[in-house]
Amino acid sequence: MLTVWAILIDGFIYASWLFLVAAGLTVIYGVMRILNMAHGSLYALGAYAAASALGWYYSGGGENLVMAFAIIAASAILIGALTGLAIERGILRLMYGRDEILMLLITFAVLLILEDVMKLIWGTTPYFAYQPYAALGRINIDVLTVSRYDLLVLVVSVVIGVGLWFWLERTKIGKILRSIIHDREVSEAMGVNVRRMFTITFMIGATLGALAGGITAPIISVVPGLGIEVIVLAFAVVVTGGLGSITGAAVGAVIVGLARATSIHTMPELELFIIYAVMAGVLIFRPHGLFGQVIARKI
Amino acid sequence: MKNSNQRPIWQKTLLGTATSVAMASVGVMGMAATASAEESFKVGFVTFLSGGASGPFGVPAAQGAEIVIKAINEGSLPAPYNTKGVNGLTLESVVVDEAGGPTKQVEEYRNLVQRQDVDAVIGYISSGDCLAIGPVAEEMKMFTIAFDCGTSRLFQEIEDPQYMFRTGLDAVADNVGAARYLAETRPDAVRIAGIQQNYAWGQDSWQDFTLAMAQLMPEAEIVNNQTPQLFQGSYSTEISALQTERPDIVHSSMWGGDMESFTAQANVRGLLSQATAILTTGESGLHRFDGQAPNGTILGGRGPFGGFMPENDLSEWFTQTYVAEHGTPPSYPASKAAQAVLALKFAADSSGAEGVPSSEQLAAALKGAEFESVSGTVRMALAGGHQALQPMSYGEYHFENGEAELRNVRSYSGECVSAPDGYNAQQWIKEGFPGVDCN
Repeated sequence: MLTVWAILIDGFIYASWLFLVAAGLTVIYGVMRILNMAHGSLYALGAYAAASALGWYYSGGGENLVMAFAIIAASAILIGALTGLAIERGILRLMYGRDEILMLLITFAVLLILEDVMKLIWGTTPYFAYQPYAALGRINIDVLTVSRYDLLVLVVSVVIGVGLWFWLERTKIGKILRSIIHDREVSEAMGVNVRRMFTITFMIGATLGALAGGITAPIISVVPGLGIEVIVLAFAVVVTGGLGSITGAAVGAVIVGLARATSIHTMPELELFIIYAVMAGVLIFRPHGLFGQVIARKI
Repeated sequence: MKNSNQRPIWQKTLLGTATSVAMASVGVMGMAATASAEESFKVGFVTFLSGGASGPFGVPAAQGAEIVIKAINEGSLPAPYNTKGVNGLTLESVVVDEAGGPTKQVEEYRNLVQRQDVDAVIGYISSGDCLAIGPVAEEMKMFTIAFDCGTSRLFQEIEDPQYMFRTGLDAVADNVGAARYLAETRPDAVRIAGIQQNYAWGQDSWQDFTLAMAQLMPEAEIVNNQTPQLFQGSYSTEISALQTERPDIVHSSMWGGDMESFTAQANVRGLLSQATAILTTGESGLHRFDGQAPNGTILGGRGPFGGFMPENDLSEWFTQTYVAEHGTPPSYPASKAAQAVLALKFAADSSGAEGVPSSEQLAAALKGAEFESVSGTVRMALAGGHQALQPMSYGEYHFENGEAELRNVRSYSGECVSAPDGYNAQQWIKEGFPGVDCN
């Protein structure tokens, strides 16, 4: 019974982190039809920014936990939004209308460039910003323990998920974005400034990626190559759930999270295999993912 | 003889700046030395300058090598290396990034030998790279020293090595040493668990450790082993899985940022107050844990390196110089790289060559030799004189008043943790360590 509880707790905690990482990726694809490989770098940038800012705060004698969380959010959001704006305005806007594969290759190039930029700025030494993670402590459940920080990540993930849903389904800008998702050309003909909406969407997606990195920074050691590791997992989740679907990303994250937790607790040697086995299994029966929509090709 | 006058000798040494690291990641860069001698000895130095292994291992190793190379050229090393240069020649180095995998490293190696025209190669942290380079070094007849890689298969896969040497210990010594330390200091431990990175290093380490535990602590039960992905970062689920097994000991061969992340997370989650962790590469985190590992956590340094270095003139000089340049004591990768450069100087100075020693002369000088190093006396006593035999040390981490130190340090002689020459290491453990000498 203990193992079942452990699987459920670990599965949902991991799923919440996966969703955080994947949300920005799926928002950008849903609206812009760009499979943004640079999302991994935005995650890493957020992690580096938060780790640096926290290091600065704590080395200056800071102890206030609320302030530490504010620093994480502010640093990650700032770097995510600015980098997103720079990528969209500086590179992507010149490429709109090109083939999806070409856009994927361009964002892959951006990922590689940003990886080296991060080395130039932060070097290769791992960064630790463990203080918020350690300060929150843990909850004991029999022999099991759960980090309160992990539970906080779960709450943040739910808030972001609900917020994204509300933004897309219940706001005017959400309606405009949905109209672009359904038909870009008709939206433009109706007076929607599609390019401006693309800029906003990319900045939001990039900010979500950086925020995921910033929130993760106190848990891990922030090292070069962090973004490349993450992007593969994020792809597995959004492909399982269906590219471009927020609900799909959430459900995909829960399925992958629970499957992985089950494997680790029962057959740890299959930990990696199980994630991609789930993805492959879903794609065999639903080639567009669980919530992916088949789009008719215009002639 | 090569026309060494045509070789560029760069005035400034490398590394230390992120810019140089980024440059190195796309190719080869120069490193070196003052230019006063007419002839120079050119060594290729291969280490991780990018990727997850660069921060904790690759860059400290390059920094350790750089300090020794600079001192060699200045003639400022303590005895017995207080002569200027190697065999009187200025030591010049070419640093190459080890990132990219074995296939790329073989290409880089051939490039070093055939285009960069190096006289020797020192390098390789990754076991996969070592295994790929060993046969190529023999084929190209190039004197090569592996300074860090831990695979016990290196000399199993090279029949009658002539040019390949290793001046560090293999993973078998790490894990036999770990089992011996537990048998002495935690004899009542019953439930043993592990967490290893999911690739050859982690799998081999766990195999060697469990084989040694079966011999040394037969009452102990192996209850679980987790195998997370390399550079995974977050180990929340693995920690839960370990907790449900209620282990007394958690063994890990994880290294670098992964090892430090796991330790910090397991500490917060309480796993390390329920069980004692034994980290075979933990010494690299000695001055980085900053109290995030509980006191009593058992650390290894892959031999008498880093915080386990014995007190001697070389180790004191090396520690002082490293602290002065980098503000922190040298970790074990830095010490191991320094040891390999000292081995090169020893071989060159002892070669009896006039001018630049050939690979054959260097190999003949180092084969089966004993030389002094930052880790004490190194005996090239295994693999037909090509593999170092050294003690293995473990100790407990203690952090007080902002200072970290090792306590309850125990060392085991080389003969106590390494299989005798010609023995398959795993077979040696399974047979109960025949010929072992732990005195």
